[in-house]
Amino acid sequence: MATKTYAGETVNVNEEGYFTEPSQWNKEIAKEIAKEEGIDLNDQHFQVLEMLREKNEAGENLSIRGINKSGVVDVKTFYQLFPGAPLKKATKIAGIPKPASCV
Amino acid sequence: MKRLLILGAGTGGTIMANKMRKELSREEWKITLVDKEKTHYYQPGFLFIPFGYYKKEDVIKPKQNFMPAGVEIIYHNIEKIEAGENKILLENGEVITYDILIIATGTRINPEETPGLQGELWHKKIFDFYTVEGALALSNFFKSWEGGELVINVADNPIKCPVAPLEFAFFADAFFTERGMRDKVSITFVTPLSGAFTKPRASKLLGGLLEEKNINLVTDYFLGEVDNDKQVITDFGGREIKFDCLVSIPLHSGAEVIEKSGLGDDFGFVPADKHTLQSKAHENIFVIGDAGNFPTSKAGSVVHFMADILHENLMCYIEGRQFTGKYDGHSNCFIETGHGKGALIDFNYDTEPLPGFYPLPGIGPLGLLKQSRLNHYGKLFFRWIYWHILLRGKEMPIDTEMTMAGKKLD
Repeated sequence: MATKTYAGETVNVNEEGYFTEPSQWNKEIAKEIAKEEGIDLNDQHFQVLEMLREKNEAGENLSIRGINKSGVVDVKTFYQLFPGAPLKKATKIAGIPKPASCV
Repeated sequence: MKRLLILGAGTGGTIMANKMRKELSREEWKITLVDKEKTHYYQPGFLFIPFGYYKKEDVIKPKQNFMPAGVEIIYHNIEKIEAGENKILLENGEVITYDILIIATGTRINPEETPGLQGELWHKKIFDFYTVEGALALSNFFKSWEGGELVINVADNPIKCPVAPLEFAFFADAFFTERGMRDKVSITFVTPLSGAFTKPRASKLLGGLLEEKNINLVTDYFLGEVDNDKQVITDFGGREIKFDCLVSIPLHSGAEVIEKSGLGDDFGFVPADKHTLQSKAHENIFVIGDAGNFPTSKAGSVVHFMADILHENLMCYIEGRQFTGKYDGHSNCFIETGHGKGALIDFNYDTEPLPGFYPLPGIGPLGLLKQSRLNHYGKLFFRWIYWHILLRGKEMPIDTEMTMAGKKLD
């Protein structure tokens, strides 16, 4: 198991840098991961991150389509907030596992 | 008299009716199935229709053929499930009460959810092959098509039978090659995944095949909208792809009645325990197959393996024992790779598809995660097994739980 250090804390991550223990996450850590991805986090970002963490906690399968139904942001805004591959970036910054699209 | 009520007479509902009728005493238990359609579709066969390998007659039979004696079947739309009161309401106002409910209502495509997908080109230049109508329309289109940009797009997951879109791409390559017009057809496979498939080793094999067959791969693509005038699809990030023929695997959701009854998640799939198959909200409701939010493939082989577990757990529930059946996510499927060859994968919740032999370690006769003629014949022969053994809930000579015997780790 690999570890990484963000904001002075050591966290467990997998080989792609995704958290294996979401409880090790905090907002300061999120800001540092976001910086690596070239994103400066604002309140709207954090709303999305919290929503993703809640969904993950509830055992829901995360998907782009689910973002639209969340009521927090629409997909277009989601892409603007986390450009490129938003779900992959956002889950990484939110300190939760990479969404396992069902086989 | 108690009642076991099964909603949906597709693969899962039909198998469960057969299994439970054999198990439960007729004096004590009535078994009732409700489905809106009288026709049973062999859904794995839809893939073969666009290329003329199967006709409509090859994939349909009356549902009645697979019902054992002593099972009541009602062909009607369900208006609502009132889970709090252990009853359902049919569209004609009739009420059916139950002691145990099995939800086997499957999944359906929602092309209307993507702007422009079901526009004026729908079933003219834009097709699905997840309905018999879509597959037949595409078959007609291919008969006289002179070539151009063929784009195969998965809108987003989950979808039914996740390998079918890839098989479609392989078949298309073979089909246009055999017609001597492969040079006139450019094939592009556009997926929301980051590779050809989800799991690493299978993705590598299948991605390699795409390359070998000169099929372009576009990844991380979440379909946003379809422009019928310009014949272009656009993802949410603004990436455009032009098409002359679009083969779409639209968004999927659970049955409408699940949503109407407040029993589903955001997409109308019923939350249920992935091991016991019991609904999370109601203890006398069980879920099988595509209708559930299980983190595994929406596919017939999953249903087949789940059926054994559900049978066991229903008996535990009825007899007041702890659940002993534990579904491990076991799934396997033949993957058609074109030109009379196929591959086979076997996996579960925790183990990705690995190379090896199936079902007998070291012997096979079927090779895992590699192409062979025998795997192709396996897939063709499977249609017979489906109609004659599987739907009737009879024993198959393969294990319900996945085994590591015969599989090779690196």
